[in-house]
This record gives sequence, structure tokens and C-alpha cells, in this order.
Amino acid sequence: MAESLLVVENVSKRFGGLVAIDRASFHVKTGSITALIGPNGAGKTTLFSIISGFLPTDDGRVLYDGSDITAEPPHKRARRGVARTFQIVQPFATLTVRENIAIGSHLWQRSRAAALDAANHVALAVGLGAQLEAPAATLTVAGSKRLELARALAIAPRLVLLDEVLAGLNPSEIRDMVPVVRELATRGMTILMTEHVMQAVTALAEYVLVLAQGRIIARGTVQEVAADPGVVEAYLGAGAAKRITAGTPHA
Amino acid sequence: MKKYWPIAVAVGLLAIVPFVTTSNVVLNFLITTLLIALVGQGWNLLGGYGGQYSFGHAAFFGTAAYTTAILQVQYGINAWVGLLAGIVAGALVGVVIGVLCFRSGLRGSYFSLVTLAFAEVLRIIASVTPITGAGVGTLIKLDLRPESFQFQSRVPFYWIVLIMVALSLVVVRAVENSRFGAYLVAIRENEGAASALGINTFAVKLAAITISAAITAAAGCFYAQYFLFIDAAIAYGPRISIDALLAPIVGGAGTLFASLFGALVIKALGEATKLLTGDAPGLDLVIYGVVLIAVVGLAPRGIAGLLTALFRWPFRTPAQPERGNG
Repeated sequence: MAESLLVVENVSKRFGGLVAIDRASFHVKTGSITALIGPNGAGKTTLFSIISGFLPTDDGRVLYDGSDITAEPPHKRARRGVARTFQIVQPFATLTVRENIAIGSHLWQRSRAAALDAANHVALAVGLGAQLEAPAATLTVAGSKRLELARALAIAPRLVLLDEVLAGLNPSEIRDMVPVVRELATRGMTILMTEHVMQAVTALAEYVLVLAQGRIIARGTVQEVAADPGVVEAYLGAGAAKRITAGTPHA
Repeated sequence: MKKYWPIAVAVGLLAIVPFVTTSNVVLNFLITTLLIALVGQGWNLLGGYGGQYSFGHAAFFGTAAYTTAILQVQYGINAWVGLLAGIVAGALVGVVIGVLCFRSGLRGSYFSLVTLAFAEVLRIIASVTPITGAGVGTLIKLDLRPESFQFQSRVPFYWIVLIMVALSLVVVRAVENSRFGAYLVAIRENEGAASALGINTFAVKLAAITISAAITAAAGCFYAQYFLFIDAAIAYGPRISIDALLAPIVGGAGTLFASLFGALVIKALGEATKLLTGDAPGLDLVIYGVVLIAVVGLAPRGIAGLLTALFRWPFRTPAQPERGNG
């Protein structure tokens, strides 16, 4: 097994004249929890879509476990063990929670009964045991986020891309969800997550990548990144870091 | 096997009819109804379960009808062989349309419009090509022997179309309980999420349109043998495409008996309209339109949805479905 399960090399993506991702390069260490943070519009979701195969790159390569997967469609990456959740939840709305998860389980289970059975276990692991028979459309925001996660886990992935699984949750729901995510890493999965909730990033991520205007502007531990003047400016505007250190924040 | 008993009951009930009556009016009504049910069941697999709304199922129906008719008339080939050839030809048209549409990523109304265009192009080609009889149409020579798939009485035709419908129900039920069926429904619900879970959406949709086309093609072959005449408007006209989608939508698209229920309702309405208005041309289509609007507006899940709601009503459990805990 490669030391870095995921390697992104010089990936660029343009939408017309807009450079959404500008030569992004980074590694995600096998077994780690890595957070990809950045202001709104930095390109986090675009980068996720490129890694999971939903968007083609204009330039650069994506390597997974040592193989170049840049040109592979999403379903082939999923078969290799790359799972993703969607920032805007994408349930199979008319299906029950169990049926939703079973779609993922089917990747390795041909029989309907075996897939539904496997789905039960996954549902319990993410705390959806009580809603197995509920139609996905009736779930709360927190429930839908758990379902996103459950479906991704059902394909038995090695790399899990979590796109803001905590967005829209209230503080107590976030407290409930953080251990669920940490549990994945202890079970040997490698996690790359985008997140705005810094409380969760601090609690979970061993390594942080900061994306701003399509470029990786900083990387390191949470403390290192938070102390980086470039990061502060990316979030708060030019000159903010200087004003803060001078102790005279702008009114 | 217990999942198949509703099919046995429905088919069993229909099988009683020839023992009760041999009235040509009744049998003719039921044969054409079952024919529409078969056409619609093909559509139901692709549209109802897979969410790919075809407006051009006539392409499969017509190709099959012409294949069997031309093989008999021009090449003297046996009608039963023609039936198989017609089904294969219809399925092949399904593959071609499927590859072209799904490879280029056509979804939703774009897919619908392109399928409509395919059926229309085939209709125009069939109305000018010599081998199809062009504008005159193709007449299959009368030869009332079972080995020619022609019968003196309507009863054997009734049995054959009933068997075809029964087989289509079994096929769809088997799909429902398979991984392929689960994937098809997942694609209907959310294609992006489906591909993120490792589903090769192109392959699944292609398989679905192929099976769908084969079922509708079987109906096309039956039509040719039953009426012994087809022309471009009958085979490829929009009428058959409309029947194909109307029956399952009225019945409750994406459910097993959708097409059978729906075909019974729309054929009964069509006949009633003819009786009341003295067969004013096109008026049954107006009625169809009204029925479609009523169904979409009032009962979007069709007759099947209404029945489920009615059946569940007295046993309704408290609002929160908190059952089952792995």
C-alpha cells in the first residue's frame, strides 16, 4: 500500500475565463484525516468533483494508491474504493433509508437480500438504525447527512471524501457526528474532508490544506495553518493579519 | 416464489375469460387491451423503473411488426421465426437508440425528444421505402393455420397475448428483485449519486432500454399477426408511443401491474367514448389527454398508488415509521 493513498499533481480547472483550480498539488497520507478548508468559492467542491471523477481536469493528474485515475469515470473510482458524499445531499428520495444504503452495498453483494442485510449494519454504525424503513425524503438535515455518509460507507471504501457533512447541523448534532467520522479513521479508512465548521476541523484533522482562489496557499497542522498570515488574509481580506497582530482590528 | 403469486392471480383471472364467453367483442376488447398492456410494460421498465421517459416506443413496436411482416411477405419465412426475428430486431433498435442517447448523456426531456425523433424518422422512412410497401402498407397473406401464427378464432390469439403479458410481468418482477433493478431505480432517483456508488449508469440504462424494446417489440409482432396489415402510421405513428406511456402512467409507473391496470382503464374509457359519441375520430385521444391530466394532477402515483393508499388506510401506523432495528 502506498504511503500516500491519494496524490493530486498540478491539477487545474477552468470554467471559461475563471480559473477555479490553479495547479493544486497535495498528498493525502494513508490512514489520515486531512481537511481541505478555504473561504466560500475557493474551489473545494470543484476539487472534490475532480478527485471523484465528476469533473474532468484541464491539466494535471490524480493518483490513487499509485495508479493514475485521472481519466476514469466515477463508477470505476468507486470500485477502486473512492467514496464521496455530496455537499447538497443527493438521496434516492422515494427509497427507504435501508434501500438507499443497499444501493451502495450492492457493489459487492449481488443478491438483494445480502445487500439489504449489509445495509442494516452500516445504518447502525452511523446511527440510522431507528429510521431504516423511513423514506429518505422524510429525513431531517442531520439524518440526510448521515445517510450520505452511510451510502458512501456501504461501498466499503478506502478513501472517503466528505464534502461538508457537518454543514447545516446544529452544535449538538455536530457533537454527535464528530465521533462517527473519527471512528472511520480508526477503522482504517483515509479521509479527506472539506469543512467550514472549524470546531470539527480542530477536533478531527491531523493535517490541513488551505485552498483560496483555486490555489493551495498553506498546509500543515491546524495550529500552523491558523497562524499563517496568508490564511488569515484569505478569510478576512488583505491587511487583516497585520491589523490583528498590531492589535487594532478594523472596526 | 411468493413474490410471483400476484402475477398468478391476475393471469389466472384473465385466463378464465375464454371459458366464460367466446364473444368476439369481449375477446377483441381484451386482446387489444393486453396488447397495449404489453407495449406499455416495455415502456414501464425503462420509464417507470429507470426514469427514462421515452416518447418513441413506436420505434421498437414498428420495427418488430415490419420485420415479421416483411420476412413473411417478401421472403416466405415462417411467422413464428418472424416473431423471434421481430423481437431481436426491436431490441437491436433499442441498443442503437440507447447507445446514441446515453453515450451522449441525454437526460430527461432531451432523451424524450430524441426518442420521439427516432420514431418519426423511422415512420417517414417506412412510408417511402419500397420494402415496407411505402404508403400502401404491408398485407400479410391470409393463411389460417397455427403454424403460420394465424387462427380461425380469437381464442388462441387471446392465449398467446396473455402468455406474452404474463412473461413480461415475470420479467419485470424478476428485475424488481435483482441488483439490476435496484440500480435502475437508483438511476431514476439520482443519477449522480448512483455513479458515485459504483454504478455504471450507461450499462444499466442500455440493458434497460434493450429489455424494454424487446417487450414492446413482442407486441409489435403480435399486432402484425392479429390484424395482418401494417402501414407506417400504424407501426411507427405517435399513437402507439402515446399508448405505451399512457397505460403505465395511468396505472402507476414503476409498479408491476401499472401497464395492465392502465391499459384496462384507458381502453375501457376509449370504448365508452366511442359508444357515446358514435366513433367521432380522435375524440378518444381527447379523453386520453383529460385522463392523463387528471392522473398527473390528482393521483401522480397512478391507480397502483391509489390502491396502496386505500389498502393501507385502515391499517395505517402512527406517523413516525419507527419500526425495524436491524
